[in-house]
Amino acid sequence: MTGADQVSIDDVVVVGGGPAGLTAAATLAPHISGRVIVLERESRAGGIPRHSDHTGYGLRDLHRVMTGPAYAQRLVQAAAAAGAQIRTEATVTGWTPTGGLQVTSPRGRAEIRPGAIVLATGARERPRAARLIPGDRVAGIYTTGHLQSAVHLHDLSIGRRAVIVGAELVSWSAVLTLREAGVRTVLMVTTHPRPESFALFNLLGRSVLKVRVRTRSRIVSINGRGRVSSVEIADLRTGARSTVACDTVVLTGDWVPENELARSAGLSIDPESRAPNVDGGLRSTRPGVFAIGNLVHPVDTADVAALDGAHVAAAVREHLQGSRARQDGIPLLAGAGLRWVAPGLVRPDEPPARSKILAWVDDWVPAPVVTASQHGAVVGRRRLPWPAAPGRAFRIPWTVLDEMRPNAGPVTLSLR
Amino acid sequence: MMTYDVAIIGSGIVGAAIARELAAYDLAICWLEASADVGDGTSKANTAILHTGFDATPGTLESRLVRRGSALLTEYAEEVGIPVERTGAMLVAWTAEELEALPGLAEKAGKNGYLHCSVIGAAQVYEALPALGPGVLGGLRVPDESITCTWTTNLALAGDAVRRGVDLKLSHRVDRVEVGDETVITTPAGSVAARWVINAAGLGSDVIDRLLGHHRFTVVPRRGELLVFDKLSRSLAPCIVLPVPSSKGKGVLISPTIYGNVMLGPTAEDMTDRTATSMSQHGIDFLLERGRKLMPGLLSEEITANYAGVRAAISRNGSDIHGDYLIDIDIDQRYVLVAGIRSTGLTAGMAIAEYVRDLLADQLVLEPRRDVPPTMRMPNIGEAFPRPYERPELIARDPEYGRVICFCERVTAGEIRDALTAVLPARDLGGLRRRTRALNGRCQGFFCGAQVEKMLQEDPA
Repeated sequence: MTGADQVSIDDVVVVGGGPAGLTAAATLAPHISGRVIVLERESRAGGIPRHSDHTGYGLRDLHRVMTGPAYAQRLVQAAAAAGAQIRTEATVTGWTPTGGLQVTSPRGRAEIRPGAIVLATGARERPRAARLIPGDRVAGIYTTGHLQSAVHLHDLSIGRRAVIVGAELVSWSAVLTLREAGVRTVLMVTTHPRPESFALFNLLGRSVLKVRVRTRSRIVSINGRGRVSSVEIADLRTGARSTVACDTVVLTGDWVPENELARSAGLSIDPESRAPNVDGGLRSTRPGVFAIGNLVHPVDTADVAALDGAHVAAAVREHLQGSRARQDGIPLLAGAGLRWVAPGLVRPDEPPARSKILAWVDDWVPAPVVTASQHGAVVGRRRLPWPAAPGRAFRIPWTVLDEMRPNAGPVTLSLR
Repeated sequence: MMTYDVAIIGSGIVGAAIARELAAYDLAICWLEASADVGDGTSKANTAILHTGFDATPGTLESRLVRRGSALLTEYAEEVGIPVERTGAMLVAWTAEELEALPGLAEKAGKNGYLHCSVIGAAQVYEALPALGPGVLGGLRVPDESITCTWTTNLALAGDAVRRGVDLKLSHRVDRVEVGDETVITTPAGSVAARWVINAAGLGSDVIDRLLGHHRFTVVPRRGELLVFDKLSRSLAPCIVLPVPSSKGKGVLISPTIYGNVMLGPTAEDMTDRTATSMSQHGIDFLLERGRKLMPGLLSEEITANYAGVRAAISRNGSDIHGDYLIDIDIDQRYVLVAGIRSTGLTAGMAIAEYVRDLLADQLVLEPRRDVPPTMRMPNIGEAFPRPYERPELIARDPEYGRVICFCERVTAGEIRDALTAVLPARDLGGLRRRTRALNGRCQGFFCGAQVEKMLQEDPA
């Protein structure tokens, strides 16, 4: 490794150059004595928005709305302008025995030991194998991420007739990409009783994009020889099966964090989200290692992930200044109606990013009431003006925990 | 039309080993494969265990050839760089019947010439495999069972054969064989003439046999479905966990893979369709249920892949599954049949090739060639040795080995380039997967699928 590539104990390494990692780098770089180095394994930084070629990005962090690629470019420029180094084609492959990182890039194989490590490795959609969808081994099956990089980054041809699994925000993003690639979406299939996306999207989807959505249904087989020729769909209530001809299947949603580095570091992992457990400052359970963005909450929108990057800067700077790891904190647990919550550890004096707790639900609740209880006693309750919907993060105001008490055991959040 | 000395049909492990073996002699050899790649049938989807042969039926040809093949493949693997990891195996007894069977299995291993088995108690089993579910009664340790890479083995043998001058004809599906002074084999892509024909067609071996006028056996395609778990589960399975063969059949195994994953399977289901490599809901449900009992912790890990292979089991004269290899020479027809080679074929392949050579030794002049080209090192796609992305000296020499394309499996641009320009180049995504592991990881293409496809399309070849 050449001199310019060396990393010192004053430096911060951010693993992953998506919205969260880039925003962390941009926020930290002006305020620390060492350098901020972003290690991005792709040939260009920017993350998923690079190939989400539609509008809707930037609302909460940049206070304006733009397309995914424009947003990605803005974040890259902001990080570079703040003085962060972005190293692309740099893949972190594991940890050294002393807690440093092993990195492979065309420039060489290196072991680096910075003063702090921020994991911002993001999340991805589960592929067909992980969803255990039976049937033939055929070409023409995509996740949204795969589809969008095929269409927007590599200009590959897709097919003619697609069936989409899922009816959440990302599913509509897939519809738009398919349309641009000249593929007609003949059907969206969701196991839920209603589409999970915002009502506006569903209305627009049905009227403008003319996509049919089949609810309470599931794909039970993908068929074809060499290439997808049809899918078999079962109605979850009646068991009735039907066959839909298509040459493309797009599997959307069903997020899982890219957690290999988090797991191999031995960090505490939430069994439901499979994300590393963090506290309100986005510290992981290993001092000096932080976790942000959709790695921690698979998934919320890109701007929310980005704001984690801004939020983590305070805890990182504290760590670099020699603060000892905090031993206090109240575990926050997911109770009835919630699959997971993040952060998993809270302190009254340390609100989480955007003063929001993020959670995931499996069922649609139009007028949700969130209850916080501690040691059997209710310590907070809020009726929220927005619905809880499967397929997108459910944001709970931090104020629901206003009355929690230190040293009284874990707080459980539940939803009804 | 040129007349070859020998035509070999089928390019799985067995066909490849025979082609390589015979190409060490002064023979003109033609090699016909129905598919567009070598090893694209049964050989590509097995459990990739390098067997000791401890559990074969003593006295069978299979027992003898597995034993010999194990030694030959172990030596060859070292020479050409096929990844092998000697993890050992544990047969785990869950019932009184299975526990009682263990001493007999150790004895049988002895009859097969394998002397290192030992019967151990439940506590020792849990010590070696803490992740096993409750209810273990005892175990049989088989320290020399190993895991390997079936793809690299097939490609190494086939690559040697081609470098030794074998005339490989891919996408040549045999549909007629006429035996005369010379045998004419017809395919839609053209005909070839040869003095001798060797049938190593695996799932198609009975069809070829019938083309030569025989009616002695039928291939019973037996589907085996497997689930492959995430690499993060690898520590749960430090060795191969084998079921004790019992009255209820062979059962499923849990095995580490040479790529660092854990595999659960296979099912065993007789099919009528020889191309039935689809996954079934009942197969998946069965494996999940078995896995939950065998190793509950494994089931809470992510599933990376699943696949089904079809074993070329055979039945003779309408009876049950034939219990041994069926290797036969017909001198009048100048024809050798190699059939009924089950999952042990990966281990036995090179010994089968020797056996076939010896059958032919009285019929053909086998003059050893003095100009046999040296074997070539295979790219290492296993986790038993450092991969290219971990080798600073390699990256310094060629930065393409530092450019990681497939992040999950850490496959570099250098390896993909090599696979596209090898003696037996990858021509499609399946071929590229088998040569490099690209796209075989947990994301199954979410991150790199499009880029890998692009690289394949842009391949100048």
